[in-house]
Amino acid sequence: MSRKDPSGGLVISPIKNGTVIDHVTAGEALNVLRILGITGSTRECLSIATNVRSKRMGRKDVVKIENRELRTEEVDRIALLAPQAKINIIRDYQVVEKKGVEIPHLLRGVVRCPNPGCITNTNEPVESTFEVLPKGLHCLYCDWLIKNDIAGHII
Amino acid sequence: MIRAPPPPAGLKTPEGSHTMYHIISIRDFEKSDLDHLLDRAEEFDTEKYRPRMLEGKLAALLFFEPSTRTRMSFATAMARLGGDSISVDSVEASSIVKGETLADTIRVVSGYADAIVLRHPKEGAARLASEFATVPVINAGDGAGQHPSQTLLDLYTIRQSMPIDGLDVGLLGDLRYGRTAHSLALALSLYGVTLHTIAPGGLEMPANIALELRERGMDVIEHTDVEEVIRELDVLYVTRIQRERFPDSASYYNVASSYQITPDQLRGVREHLMILHPLPRAGEIDPAVDQTPYARYFEQARNGVPVRMALLYEVMK
Ligand SMILES: Nc1ncnc2c1ncn2[C@@H]1O[C@H](COP(=O)(O)OP(=O)(O)OP(=O)(O)O)[C@@H](O)[C@H]1O
Ligand SMILES: [Mg+2]
Ligand SMILES: [Zn+2]
Repeated sequence: MSRKDPSGGLVISPIKNGTVIDHVTAGEALNVLRILGITGSTRECLSIATNVRSKRMGRKDVVKIENRELRTEEVDRIALLAPQAKINIIRDYQVVEKKGVEIPHLLRGVVRCPNPGCITNTNEPVESTFEVLPKGLHCLYCDWLIKNDIAGHII
Repeated sequence: MIRAPPPPAGLKTPEGSHTMYHIISIRDFEKSDLDHLLDRAEEFDTEKYRPRMLEGKLAALLFFEPSTRTRMSFATAMARLGGDSISVDSVEASSIVKGETLADTIRVVSGYADAIVLRHPKEGAARLASEFATVPVINAGDGAGQHPSQTLLDLYTIRQSMPIDGLDVGLLGDLRYGRTAHSLALALSLYGVTLHTIAPGGLEMPANIALELRERGMDVIEHTDVEEVIRELDVLYVTRIQRERFPDSASYYNVASSYQITPDQLRGVREHLMILHPLPRAGEIDPAVDQTPYARYFEQARNGVPVRMALLYEVMK
């Protein structure tokens, strides 16, 4: 499995078990990790490849996470940043499951409401909650609309 | 579901008992819900109500921000229906809840009262309260957000004179920060109204609100000058232009004077034109307009009571 591309392309060592997020929009790999809540201080063992050549997409990013199988509810939010992403579940070096990502209807605790007057930006026991609409993310508490730069609002 | 189930109480739980509902945002209402509440308010206005309809019921008026007028009209409405209210003003409220979250306060007060009327400085506070309350919550204004009872009384005032459907309504003043204007516009979009916006530069209606109105099928026409459109209007809704929005008082006076409604501007308007204002006014309407038949803002203020009676009754009956 540890094929190396003789032409000098992608070189990432295979993982035994875990998740490969493939076909991520080029440049979004780090934001994909942020939206999954995976940061430098969490435990996961990660490899990230950015701006890799891809037949289908020109350039893409790839994220590999060892020993963790991401659940559908977790991965769907990736669709906001990388709608073409493919989630591959790896067991014993083999791809055992492959699925696309679907934009979720509701995002809870994923992005921070940009409105400083919003009740979700206080010490109240409440998670930010956004409804995902074609025109943007709509805060269900204060009606704020995040039209772009979703990545910039990830908690 | 985050949104409170909309009124009226046609909604049933699986067991067949009434679902508790909250009055949080005009966005939660369908036209039939609004009409139902307006019909109810009309009944109460014409005294077709039994004065003891809410006897034995207690409403907690929690005002974390001063608003004497709104608080008084809720208390009056409760008293007119034979119910009682306990009222906490902004100063008391902030000392009672020192260090306590709104969520906890709401849980506690749910144990005392049959409904909670909430005014709070944070947007979305009423929605949050509805999630923690075990009694109905009525939003009496949350920061720059929603104030549905104001919108209902605006609709009620219009409907007293003419059917709302298909009217030409002008919104004049601060359409950027003015929540009453946004909320009224959303409600009017359910009635096939054509909306004419007239706002000073920098205080225009936010693009996403205008977009939302158009998505709801409303015709929204922007004007820079009230002269241009006043003769086509059935209703002119004037909102306060706040001095704080301007860098200095000179630019404020400049704008304020060019947006003031005077008797001169009312020549040639439709006979049934209604001029409304949520009050208190600053200088937007020349007091000389008060003498004209178009001035309806004091009547509008008075309508706060039957409309709030209808809301209180519908959530507690
Ligand atoms: N054991 C492994 N360790 C690390 N990465 C792996 C492993 N197995 C597969 N991958 C990676 O997961 C992705 C999907 O693998 P697959 O074999 O399904 O490729 P594919 O046929 O090109 O699929 P697709 O059509 O989704 O591009 C590829 O990027 C591949 O490099
Ligand atoms: Mg491939
Ligand atoms: Zn918000």
